[in-house]
Amino acid sequence: MSTMLGWSITAAQVLLGLAMACAAFRILWGPRAQDRIVGFDTLSVNTMLLLLAFGIRSGSALYFECALIVGLLGFVSTVALAKFLLRGEVIE
Amino acid sequence: MNEVIEAPSLATIFAAALLIAGAAVTLIGSFGLLRFPSFYQRVHAPTLGTTLGTIFIATASMLHFSAIGTRPVLHELLVIVFVISTTPITLMVLVRAARFRDGAGSE
Repeated sequence: MSTMLGWSITAAQVLLGLAMACAAFRILWGPRAQDRIVGFDTLSVNTMLLLLAFGIRSGSALYFECALIVGLLGFVSTVALAKFLLRGEVIE
Repeated sequence: MNEVIEAPSLATIFAAALLIAGAAVTLIGSFGLLRFPSFYQRVHAPTLGTTLGTIFIATASMLHFSAIGTRPVLHELLVIVFVISTTPITLMVLVRAARFRDGAGSE
């Protein structure tokens, strides 16, 4: 039964990797800056979900902390980039 | 990678189904980000991954870790609450910036 969970984790990792590839192509081909920022936000959320999948496979709580930190840094950096687009500087 | 630890079967089946469903929903959202024609349509697509994908995968993680019993279950609720409460803030600020750059806003 654990092989079923292992194969489903592998399938989920492949699907999340394809999702990260879609977000990376949007970062590369985004016609304007806000498209690239949406792509970066999606990439960070997908990275967080991929780290949760890695945590299920390894069975340790360490990947959960990594996922939380990646999500938090993605939020802060996306808000900072959007604030830069809106105002021209981040901290004013 | 390490060996997957044995768990009771019903929780394993539910965790596997939730994991694949969450990853598929996230892939659909990211594919929508790649395929939609304009920015204001593209900004809607990844929220499929940030709401449903995060809920499904974190619930799968909660089920698996509470089944194998190495730690309490409630840690992933932190991820769910955090992501769902911060995604609207991010996208709202970003769309205001995009409207400002398009010359439509009165900011």
